[in-house]
Amino acid sequence: MNVNQHTPMASPYGQPQPGYGHPGYAPLDGGYPVPYAPYNGPASAYQPGALPQDYSPFTSFPSKAVAATPVSDLSSPLDLGPARGPPTSGPPPVSVPQPFNQYSPSQGDVQNGPPPMTQAPPRPAASQPYNQGAVNPSGPHSSYPQHYGPPPSMQQVTNQMTGMQINSGPPTAAGPGYVPPHSSQPPISTAYSAAPPPAYSQASPPASSAPPQPPPPSGPATSQQYYGSPQSPSQQPFNSSLPPTSQQQFTSPAPPPPSSQQTFPPSSQQTFPPSSQQTFPPSSQQTFLPPSQQNFPPSSQQTFPQSSFSGPMPPPSQAPAPPGSQPQQSFSPAQPPFSSAPPPVSQPAFISGPPPSAQGSFPPRAPPPSSQSGSFPSAGPPPTSTPSSQYQGPMPPQQQHPPSQPSPYHAGPSPPSVQMPPTSMAQSNHLPPGPQGPPCPPGPMQQPPTQPGMQGGYPPQQNGAFGQVRGPQPGYAGPYPGQPNYGAPAPAPAPAPPAQKRLDPDSIPSPIQVIEDDRAKSTEPFTTGVRGQAPPLVTTNFQVKDQGNASPRFIRCTAYNMPCTADMAKQSQVPLAAVIKPLATLPPDETPPYLVDHGEGGPIRCNRCKAYMCPYMQFIEGGRRFQCGFCSCVTEVPPHYFQHLDHTGKRVDCYDRPELSLGSYEFLATVDYCKNNKLPQPPAFIFLIDVSYNAVKSGMVGIVCQELKSLLDYLPRENPEMDSVVRVGFVTYNKVLHFYNVKSSLAQPQMLVVSDVSDMFVPLLDGFLVNVNESRLVIESLLDQIPEMFADTRETETVFGPVIQAGLEALKAADCAGKLFVFHTSLPIAEAPGKLKNREDKKLIGTDKEKSLFQPQVGFYNTLAKDCVAQGCCVDLFLFPNQYVDVATLSVVPVSTGGSVYKYTYFQAQSDQERFLNDLRRDIQKLVGFDAVMRVRTSTGIRATDFFGSFFMSNTTDVELAGLDCDKAITVEFKHDDKLSEETGALMQCAILYTSCSGHRRLRIHNMAVNCCSQLADLYRNCETDTIINFFSKYAFRGVLNNPTKAVRDTLINQCAQILACYRKNCASPSSAGQLILPECMKLLPVYLNCVLKSDLLLPGADVSLDDRAYLRQLISCMDVSESHVFFYPRLLPLLKLESGSLPVAVRDSEERLSKGGVYLLETGLHLFLWVGASAQQELLLNIFGTTSFSQIDPSMTSLPVLDNPFSQRLREIVDSFRAQRPRYMKLMVVKQEDRAELIFRHFLVEDKCASGGASYVDFLCHMHKEIRQLLS
Amino acid sequence: MATFPEYISQNEERDGVRFSWNVWPSSRLEATRMVVPVAALFTPLRERPDLPPIQYEPVLCSRATCRAVLNPLCQVDYRAKLWACNFCYQRNQFPPSYSGISEVNQPAELLPQFSTIEYVVQRGPQMPLVFLYVVDTCMEDEDLQALKESLQMSLSLLPPTALVGLITFGRMVQVHELGCEGISKSYVFRGTKDLSAKQLQEMLGLTKPSANQGRGPQTAQPPLSNRFLQPVQKVDMNLTDLLGELQRDPWPVTQGKRPLRSLGVAMSIAVGLLECTFPNSGARIMTFIGGPATQGPGMVVGDELKTPIRSWHDIEKDNAKFMKKATKHYESLANRASTNGHMIDMYACALDQTGLLEMKCCANYTGGYMVMADSFNTSLFKQTFQRVFTKDVQGSFKMAFAATLEVKTSREVKLSGAIGPCVSLNAKGPCVSENEIGTGGTCQWKICGLDPSTTLALYFEVVNQHKAPIPQGGRGAIQFVSQYQHSSGQRRIRVTTTARNWADAQTQIQSIAASFDQEAAAILMARLAVYRAETEEGPDVLRWLDRQLIRLFMFHLRRSPFLQVFNNSPDESSYYRHQFNRQDLTQALIMVQPVLYAYSFSGPPEPVLLDSSSILPDRILLMDTFFQILIYHGETVAQWRKAGYQEMSEYENFKHLLQAPVDDAQELLHTRFPMPRYIDTEHGGSQARFLLSKVNPSQTHNNMYTWGQESGAPILTDDVSLQVFMDHLKKLAVSSAA
Repeated sequence: MNVNQHTPMASPYGQPQPGYGHPGYAPLDGGYPVPYAPYNGPASAYQPGALPQDYSPFTSFPSKAVAATPVSDLSSPLDLGPARGPPTSGPPPVSVPQPFNQYSPSQGDVQNGPPPMTQAPPRPAASQPYNQGAVNPSGPHSSYPQHYGPPPSMQQVTNQMTGMQINSGPPTAAGPGYVPPHSSQPPISTAYSAAPPPAYSQASPPASSAPPQPPPPSGPATSQQYYGSPQSPSQQPFNSSLPPTSQQQFTSPAPPPPSSQQTFPPSSQQTFPPSSQQTFPPSSQQTFLPPSQQNFPPSSQQTFPQSSFSGPMPPPSQAPAPPGSQPQQSFSPAQPPFSSAPPPVSQPAFISGPPPSAQGSFPPRAPPPSSQSGSFPSAGPPPTSTPSSQYQGPMPPQQQHPPSQPSPYHAGPSPPSVQMPPTSMAQSNHLPPGPQGPPCPPGPMQQPPTQPGMQGGYPPQQNGAFGQVRGPQPGYAGPYPGQPNYGAPAPAPAPAPPAQKRLDPDSIPSPIQVIEDDRAKSTEPFTTGVRGQAPPLVTTNFQVKDQGNASPRFIRCTAYNMPCTADMAKQSQVPLAAVIKPLATLPPDETPPYLVDHGEGGPIRCNRCKAYMCPYMQFIEGGRRFQCGFCSCVTEVPPHYFQHLDHTGKRVDCYDRPELSLGSYEFLATVDYCKNNKLPQPPAFIFLIDVSYNAVKSGMVGIVCQELKSLLDYLPRENPEMDSVVRVGFVTYNKVLHFYNVKSSLAQPQMLVVSDVSDMFVPLLDGFLVNVNESRLVIESLLDQIPEMFADTRETETVFGPVIQAGLEALKAADCAGKLFVFHTSLPIAEAPGKLKNREDKKLIGTDKEKSLFQPQVGFYNTLAKDCVAQGCCVDLFLFPNQYVDVATLSVVPVSTGGSVYKYTYFQAQSDQERFLNDLRRDIQKLVGFDAVMRVRTSTGIRATDFFGSFFMSNTTDVELAGLDCDKAITVEFKHDDKLSEETGALMQCAILYTSCSGHRRLRIHNMAVNCCSQLADLYRNCETDTIINFFSKYAFRGVLNNPTKAVRDTLINQCAQILACYRKNCASPSSAGQLILPECMKLLPVYLNCVLKSDLLLPGADVSLDDRAYLRQLISCMDVSESHVFFYPRLLPLLKLESGSLPVAVRDSEERLSKGGVYLLETGLHLFLWVGASAQQELLLNIFGTTSFSQIDPSMTSLPVLDNPFSQRLREIVDSFRAQRPRYMKLMVVKQEDRAELIFRHFLVEDKCASGGASYVDFLCHMHKEIRQLLS
Repeated sequence: MATFPEYISQNEERDGVRFSWNVWPSSRLEATRMVVPVAALFTPLRERPDLPPIQYEPVLCSRATCRAVLNPLCQVDYRAKLWACNFCYQRNQFPPSYSGISEVNQPAELLPQFSTIEYVVQRGPQMPLVFLYVVDTCMEDEDLQALKESLQMSLSLLPPTALVGLITFGRMVQVHELGCEGISKSYVFRGTKDLSAKQLQEMLGLTKPSANQGRGPQTAQPPLSNRFLQPVQKVDMNLTDLLGELQRDPWPVTQGKRPLRSLGVAMSIAVGLLECTFPNSGARIMTFIGGPATQGPGMVVGDELKTPIRSWHDIEKDNAKFMKKATKHYESLANRASTNGHMIDMYACALDQTGLLEMKCCANYTGGYMVMADSFNTSLFKQTFQRVFTKDVQGSFKMAFAATLEVKTSREVKLSGAIGPCVSLNAKGPCVSENEIGTGGTCQWKICGLDPSTTLALYFEVVNQHKAPIPQGGRGAIQFVSQYQHSSGQRRIRVTTTARNWADAQTQIQSIAASFDQEAAAILMARLAVYRAETEEGPDVLRWLDRQLIRLFMFHLRRSPFLQVFNNSPDESSYYRHQFNRQDLTQALIMVQPVLYAYSFSGPPEPVLLDSSSILPDRILLMDTFFQILIYHGETVAQWRKAGYQEMSEYENFKHLLQAPVDDAQELLHTRFPMPRYIDTEHGGSQARFLLSKVNPSQTHNNMYTWGQESGAPILTDDVSLQVFMDHLKKLAVSSAA
């Protein structure tokens, strides 16, 4: 990716190339360090680092990617993607240089912002391959077309992909897979494609070509051969281009065309085999294989290749053997393709490809943080080393890499190969061997060993694969379609799209790999002091040190380098948004925001823009005034706040004052900040319980009442030592409302029935809201009696509007803010305001009128919501429907008031009790603020323009939240209204004025500064895909209110394509149009986006009710990044060996990754499945279920049996920890393979095709590629 | 027949009827000249412990327009088993059950001493009595506590089968569900929104009442109880607890505001609840009011304390912005309640006005009580309320429910109307006159609540033409048929048939004059005046009254609170008028001309003139104005008392002197309903004003030195004294005669 990003480097290309040779590397090494600095002035840096760039890419990748290793993997794929090798190879001679250039530039970029840059370059390559692939594609068409709008093209792509895959698992996979990996892979692919050819034809041509082709038949052998040959070549390249292994290779290849080529070929081959084999298998593999291999080398692969080569070489051999099965195949196919397809091209590509990717990824990883620039040097070495290590066994850096990166690389490669045991597997797949193993059941394990090198190559291959594919495609084009490429394998391919897919997954960017890489990289606490630095991924556990910017737990941005101008922003189409979770709960080892009291005058603020005192305020004139960082206005410092400045212009008390040194803190608000200028009353909780027939019969009423008795002791409080000041009130209702007087002086509670629901009011004041401790006896008596009183009820009709009105009126009467907990069962059809009718009409789905189903049925609730917000009345809704209840309408108030909706369809006391109660407990206990107003201030130049979440807005700037709890996130979109400066960056300050649960008025401030960039590459290098997806999903889910679902989907696809196309066009090194090149930081964008597109809301299956969709819609609207991430891409853990302290490495969400013999845990944040393979090991079953018989497992169990064995204990620990992590309790569902329930489970295997017509990852990637190509052409 | 006074009192004793004229002028022309119309004060439920209940139903005249009841004045043909109706002269066959009738075997209704007779109807279900308490909770804790105790006490006075219900109100209105275990339930309504009976029924989840609650035989058995109205015996404990837990209205009342009191809606809901559960069956809505309605329909004053409740001054200036609307609201409620036979009592206990002016019709139309006191924590309220549940010798409540009064007259006489606690049933008949006096245009009235002293004034018109002389010895007959629900749940019919002689005014003017019942006439005229005062502008009434002439009595009437609104709040006027319009003759006389007794060492207690000259230092005066019982110690007596002579054994006689009026007052207090205000004061005491305002100001600051030195206390007033009034009257009489 980084490499791709390096694209800017592209310009340097020429230079890089040379650099690539050896010089490049050398420079790179040196350059890297520098490069970072240079980043900004990438070109130069790039140039020198051309090769280095590659390295840098790698390095950058790692760094960017977060975890060096992961990155490396990623990068490797990316690199592969860059397939710089391939790209170069693509246009063999010329291209080669170009790629190099690209690489180099990319590398440079990488160094700067390694990942993107590197990636970019790769992509081009990759994309090209894609094109090719696309051309070839014809085969796979079917799947694509369906999903994607433009079937033909898609088809083509897919076909290609599929074809590729089909032919030789690898190729197709590579094609598609590569595509996704874009960044790294793409290049790789291109490289591959190119590389392969070149390799084949040129350098290794003989060997490689021969081998490759042969490989298909005898994968292992070929691979080995390749390896052998590659090794040497690779080594050579490495040697030559040492720094960025790939680049070096490339460069070296380029410069020393022959050698490099040769090396490439070999390397590529080697790498390819692994990567290509697994993923690429089919078409891509063939063509790709070579490229991929080459590519791989470039990115991680490059290293791989290198490693494989140097050290790898051995691996290769190993790989061959192990991969034997898969790798071999892939290889073989790949090889053949290569040879057959665009050998020449491929070669160049390879050359170029490898370096960039490898470098990019590696470098980043190696020198994660500062890495890039500085890293280069240091990182450079490492990266390079990694690459080099791979490449050069000798290279010191490489060596380093090997350990860390290398492994990644290797892993990378191997990952791709997945099967590639450890390193390679992990890297390529992102997932370590483990994952791969699972995912690629085939020969994963076996392959791994062999793969190492191969694998290394693979990952890159993936990247490269894409590229390659394209690369090859051109050539392949004919071939693919014709199958020729596929050769024998191909034939099957066409029909085999699936087969191809199977192969592909390992070659395309793997979320698991990215996650694991990031994890591995994030060992140090994350400090927020550095502007523009992207935090570790949400999936990574890390500690945060607040050094002036808000913790990522509070704010995550889509881009940490914002474009300076609106034009740039528009061009890139990357959304500029921040996901803010103002009251997020921090882990125990992090300090909650400090409370600052500025005295009676209230917080000190800028006179003009009213921004609050923060680290961005610049004190001047000896400290007597300060200049606002947002609007530049100068404000007097009040005397009581005056403090002298030190020689650096800082206040001497700077570090004593949280507001001057921290990113997040709270002010004590004065009475001026209170409603009606009156200090607020403590808030109140009101429980409104449906007691109609259904509610009583389902057991809900009994459960709620029983539970409330104990729950009332856990009302939220700020100080755990004190009793909560929250008062409580109770209401039951069916078609009339029953209020309860639970005044402590009463012997028995009193019920007050309000049957005049048309004009709701609160019948009592004193005694309705009470202190729990004072009225405990009365409350308990009440809760005991409620279920009895309504045990024989026959009332089936309910009201809903008046229920909320009642709570609202009660709060109004008590003059306080508060929260309503509504437990509701049915569609409110009783005569009352807000009465609804059943409008569920499946016929409307898919039509233009579908959107109306998401809009509230009546306007009543909107008005009501407004009133609620004005009073600070937050509504939490618990639904227990047995049929349609019109969630879309009922959730209007909860959503507008910052509340939550919980839905328990077909609630059964026995099986759902646990989930409901846990949700309820958490919901009641969690910290919450009331009557909140959020305002986001930004520095001049940008402006918060749009907000997504659960809140209400009466104007365009103030986000009003009746309630705001610790789980709610608000996504804010920014738009330019002027230019930003690179110097000052972009500042934002999010201020939330709220009433705490103890009734104190507070102001919580979160400050965030990001960099501004004038180079698109910087943007692409510093963005966060998870956050982008969070934004996209919220954007899309809101979009369905006003647009046909299909239009929403198309918009998403378009924007995504534009983002990637922009990258390809502006940041990636020029390469064959057929190559798919993805930015390192966004290489998962396609897979995640596909998940969004496939969500029940946007693509409902036949069994998804309107309510479910509406429910999801509101659920997403307030999710934070980590929730949305796991929601769209569920976590799937293989349960084989459980170690305390660490979780098994997840596997990708695809059925292919499931082993019949295994047991898997899948978590989405809402659902938790335990999937049991049909032939699961008996010991495993015994440990988990206490039985050895598969058939004796009770699929209806909702909790695991408590068994006294370490495995069971650990498993339950894991399950508990999952539940603890999520705001909602997940009910455990045991799914036995081939059971009926498996259908539900499969729905969450998001990389697969889904029953409702959602595309598989591979297919989608192809489609995306096609879209991009269309945009580019 | 002895003297007319004897005759009159005998008739009153037996039939509860007093006519203004006991011999009637025989033509319209003559009757008109008499100035005072032929009219009667009729007390339908006059206590007749000696009256045997007749266990069968009355025999009715078969003429559809007549339907008069067989009575001692009918001519009976024992042989033919026929009887002639004395009103329409229709000849009727006796029903088969009378086959054994003969001159010696006469049914009771033919015996002359049974000119008033009571039948007990056996048909139809026995309806339970319904008591619905409507309780204000916006009051001081002490008051509320006292009220709660009174209410709890009242439960023990109710018959076990009586149904009780409880509605409380403050800012909201709560209808309490009774008899639920554990949690007490109530339905709450907001105090600003009026509800129709139908809405209410849905909201309370009550089943629909039997479709047509025809007045005739009740085919469908109405529910004998529901969640809100339950037999006392069943919910006694529950209700006692419920009342015990009643809290003061919890809604905060900010400084300078009145509590929000939803009286209008509360009454509406009470009426609605009974309307849809016990239509046409006796029920008593007892409203306990701690202050004026301040919100919703029926509000009489806003909740801002700075705007005082309307005064007569405001009303005259048309400045009482809530009055008309509120009056309309309560009128419609009163009409609904009376249509269904339910009465509404109002116990208003507050220092300020509570809006009785607007609400008066509720009591006036339905025969309910209106009680006005300063606080629920006074014996005035407590004992009055207790006395509502007084029982007669047979152990039945001295109250009757859902009565209708039908009056039948001989052809020569027609009905002009009635004044009293009744509403018209709009039954046109041959005996209805076109000239309306009071509630006219009908020969049937509904009197939802009756007690033994409830008295209606009925005005007649002699329609016989001058040219059509009445045969010698002819008598004009009037039959009063009152159907009511006895407190035992039985339906009863009391029939009073009375007749008076005709006389030709030209020839027998003497006898007509002799038959004039001055007291009855005074009260009848007073009622008429009050009625007009209620419905017309004040001064006009006085002018009208001045043209009628009834000497002394009119002097006091002119000064009475019934006509004079000066010094009285609108509520007080309404209250006084209400009482005046329903009490019997004796009480009414006292109201108009208070009775004054003097106690002194110089002799036994003696009635003295209601004159300032009666106020002497060595006297103790006892004044009974019906509404107040006042003991006034003359200056010397007061000094003695202050000196404590009564404590000394040698002055025991003084002690007795002090005690005597107190004992007499107690006696009065015990028999009077509602309880009068008891005032013990002395010369110079502030409360003495009650006395001074009543007595004839024969001595004022204008003339005090012209009168005897030793007598009386001067009254500082510009009101004319009786002497002046009389002089003026004489002059007027002469001049008008001229």
